[in-house]
Order: sequence, then structure tokens, then C-alpha cells
Amino acid sequence: MANKGWDEFEIGAMLRSFDGSIDDIAGTAQVDRTYSPSSSYTASVADWRLVKPVFNKDYCIDCQFCWIYCPDVSIIARDKKMIGVDMDHCKGCGICVEVCPTNPKSLLMFPEQAEEEAEIASWPAKDEEK
Amino acid sequence: MAFDKMELKDIEVWDGNFAAAQALRQCQIDVVAAYPITPSTPIVEGYAKFLADNYIEGEFVMVESEHAAMSGCIGAAAAGGRVATATSSQGFALMVETLYQASGMRLPIVLNVVNRALAAPLNVNGDHSDMYLGRDSGWIQFDAFSPQGAYDLNFIAFRVCEDHGIRLPCMVHQDGFMTSHTAQGVETLSDDVAYNFVGDYKPMNDMLDFEHPVTHGVQTEEDWHFEHKARQHNDLMTKVFPKIEEVFADFEKLTGRKYNLVEEYDMKDADVAVVCMGTSVETAREVATEMRAKGIKAGVVGIRVIRPFPFMQIAQALKDIKAVATLDRSAPGGTVGMLFNEIAGSMYNLEKRPMLCGKIYGLGGRDLTKAHLVELYTELQANVDAGKITTPLQQFIGVRGPKLSFL
Repeated sequence: MANKGWDEFEIGAMLRSFDGSIDDIAGTAQVDRTYSPSSSYTASVADWRLVKPVFNKDYCIDCQFCWIYCPDVSIIARDKKMIGVDMDHCKGCGICVEVCPTNPKSLLMFPEQAEEEAEIASWPAKDEEK
Repeated sequence: MAFDKMELKDIEVWDGNFAAAQALRQCQIDVVAAYPITPSTPIVEGYAKFLADNYIEGEFVMVESEHAAMSGCIGAAAAGGRVATATSSQGFALMVETLYQASGMRLPIVLNVVNRALAAPLNVNGDHSDMYLGRDSGWIQFDAFSPQGAYDLNFIAFRVCEDHGIRLPCMVHQDGFMTSHTAQGVETLSDDVAYNFVGDYKPMNDMLDFEHPVTHGVQTEEDWHFEHKARQHNDLMTKVFPKIEEVFADFEKLTGRKYNLVEEYDMKDADVAVVCMGTSVETAREVATEMRAKGIKAGVVGIRVIRPFPFMQIAQALKDIKAVATLDRSAPGGTVGMLFNEIAGSMYNLEKRPMLCGKIYGLGGRDLTKAHLVELYTELQANVDAGKITTPLQQFIGVRGPKLSFL
């Protein structure tokens, strides 16, 4: 954002998600929306995260639990199919892993520096006791 | 309109609380979120009754504390409604955190504050401690001296604070019990005239405008916070007085009742003057007139608008006075009273500075009697005759025990 002076912005502790008016925003996918620079969508907060969720689509049943429960709208889904995690906004809270009902889970938490492909390759097996 | 109108007599006998409740009805407040506290309770109770009896189209939200009451008002105002509530004393103190939110978010809420002392010791009677507690919160603060003022200033407050050039919340103060529970004749406006004076609410940056989504209550750190506070102070200092004066003028045209930022009484040729607020103004006016019969040229300055503080207007009112006393109705907590401080600041650069002393009076609802004011004016005249201040700068009026004075 430009370095504006005290008289150069709108009054109030208020930010606009879009410049100008919008139409049918509910019917527009997030990636296709023209968010304003002041919207948090355009800012990465990935560095807030210490542990990250890794998504293994081999076990996912597209139940959408993670999408519903994610407190930061960071689960990316299209047409009710789970696609992955928005790593610019995920804070690593682990709620998606907690609510995942599959066995083994389709989402697991790993240290931020873990290699995603390596972790998927060594994914835990089904827990027969459950 | 789907709601009923109320027939009012030209003059009704109302106390300050009922006058304020009637004003809220006539302004057709969309949302009142409130928590009851003496002596302000009848204002929101009155709104709730009018709502239940179909005199208002609105929402009354019962909440669990005053902090929640103001929070509810903030949410409703951000959503785009005309919003008001009322409180006093401890409730006001609990609201303080959210008062700063309301003003920083530039939300036009009207808060009726029925002034009451702050504990401890617990006390339900009127002094100005709560009013003083709000003075740095970035709100506009009007002070009513009577039920008539409590009625009129609510309409004026909505007109001022909802203006898109202003968008700052407004308090309307009245003295607990002395105004809030003392019935007097109040000249009324008819429902249509009153509503038309305030006008339809015009939303701005409201959350219910779905074509223009906004986030209210954002965070800023050292990179932006200072600019926001500067903007708010600039608007308080430069935009509010012109707007208030415009609305005062419109109100005078409508009703014949004239309000001023600083209410001067017999100040034109006065030698001595007291500066005070609330019901004390009316007492002081009566005594000033009696002092003139005794040969003391006495005047009174009543402060109608406390924030923004009428710094220049006060200096103008006091520039030819010889001795001035400020009357602070709040425990000053280790310094001079607020009015002493503000008045001293406003007069400091005058060519001829009046002599200034400060009085602390009326804490916890202790009466300020005419005898107190006769003594005060006599003392000010003695200072004028001696050509210097003959007493300590700060004195307590009406407290039992040995005479209490400082500085």
C-alpha cells in the first residue's frame, strides 16, 4: 500500500475488500475475484506457521469436514472436491487434521521444513485397531 | 409508517430521563443495546416501553454488561443503523474500552450519560466523575443543564454525529437525579417535526451494503495508527464546531431555543465570573443576578460542549474578566480540576490574564447551595479589590471538617 498521509485515506478503522462495487461475489471463485490491495487475501502470513498440514489425496473421501472447520478459509475445494491447502494463509492450527475422518488421515501435520513428497511416500498405514 | 405516533402537549412535565427517552422515540432509533444502571435506567426502559407499545420500529438488545451494551451499539452502527444507549458511573467506566473503539471506528452513536459519582465508596448520586472519565475518548460531549436541554441536545447530537463529514459518536450528559429525576416543564416538538429535524439515517461504509464489502475494526501498528488518530483529532478540532453551530442555528429557527458552545450569562461587563457545568449553571445564574443587586458585577460561563473543548470561545468570554473561579465536580486525583486546567490553558496567552482559582464541589451529589456561590462571588470580588489572589488556588466547597485547600 502507498505511504499515505493522515488526510489521504477513508475515515474509520475500516478496509475495503474490493475497489469499487462487486456483483455475484458468492458465485465467483476466490482466485477469480479482484481483491483490493488492502484485502488480507493478497498478503501472505505463511511465516506465522511452525507446523504445516500435508494433504494426501489417496485417502481423501471429499467429505468437506476440513473445508467447513478451517477457521481461516485455507482449504481449497472446487465442486466439492478437496484440492489442497492455501499455504499463504494457513496458520498451522491442525484443526483440519483433527476433524479428518479417514483411516489413515488424509491430512497430517509436519514440521514446516518437511518435504511434502517424502512425507506422502512414507504415509502411515491404516490403523487396524480403529 | 407502521408505528403509532404520540400526541404531546406543547409543554410536558418531564424529568431529564423521560425527556431523553422521548427524544430517542422521536428520532426512531433502530437499535438500543443497553444494560440498566441508576440513574440512567429510565432512558432505555422508556425506549423499550415505546418499542413494546409500537411507537418505534427498532430493536432493543438486552446484554450482560455495559461493555457488551456499547459493543452491541458498535456492531449495529457498523452494520448501518441509527443507534443509541444510556449509562452512568460504574457502567460508563466499564464502557470506556469500547468508547475508544466507537470513536476510532468513526461510528455515530449517541450515548446519554446521566452523570453519577464513581465508587469507592459506592454512591448513586450526581457528580461529574464519569463525564470526566470520557473526556479523552474522542467523543463529542454535550452537557445539558436541565430536562429541556437533555431533550433538545439528543436531536442536535444525532444531526451532528451522523453527518458524513463528522461521523464521530456523541455523548449527551445530564446531572444524575438533579436533572434526570427532577420533573420540569419541557417544550416539546411534534413527532413529525422532531423526526424531520434529524432526518432519515444515511448509512456510510455500512456492513449491510453487500455490493461494497468492508472490514470494520482493523488493526494498525506503528505504520498507520498515528495517521488514524491524527485524522480523528483533526476532524474533532476543525469540523465539529462549525457543524454544531450550524445545527444550533437550525434548531433555533425551528424552536426559538438558542444553544451556544459556551453559554455566557451577564458576561458583557462582568468583573468576576464562575465557570461550571450541569445544574450548577442555573444556580450560579440566579446568584449572579442577586450579586449584581449587591453591587458585584458577576457573570457565569456554562460549558455546553465539553469535547471538543471550546478553547478560543472560553478565552474570548473571559478576556476582560478580573477574577475567575472554576467549579469542578469531580475528585481531581492529585492535581487541579479539569476545568481549572483547561481554562488556565485557554487564558494563558491573553494580554490581561484574569486571576484564576479552582473549586472542588458537590462530590457524590453534595448540594451546591446559593450560600456557597454568594461566598464564592464575594471572595472573587475580594481578590479584585486586593489586586491579587488572597486564597489558596484550590479549595473544597461544602466538605465537612477543617477547611480544605491546596496550592
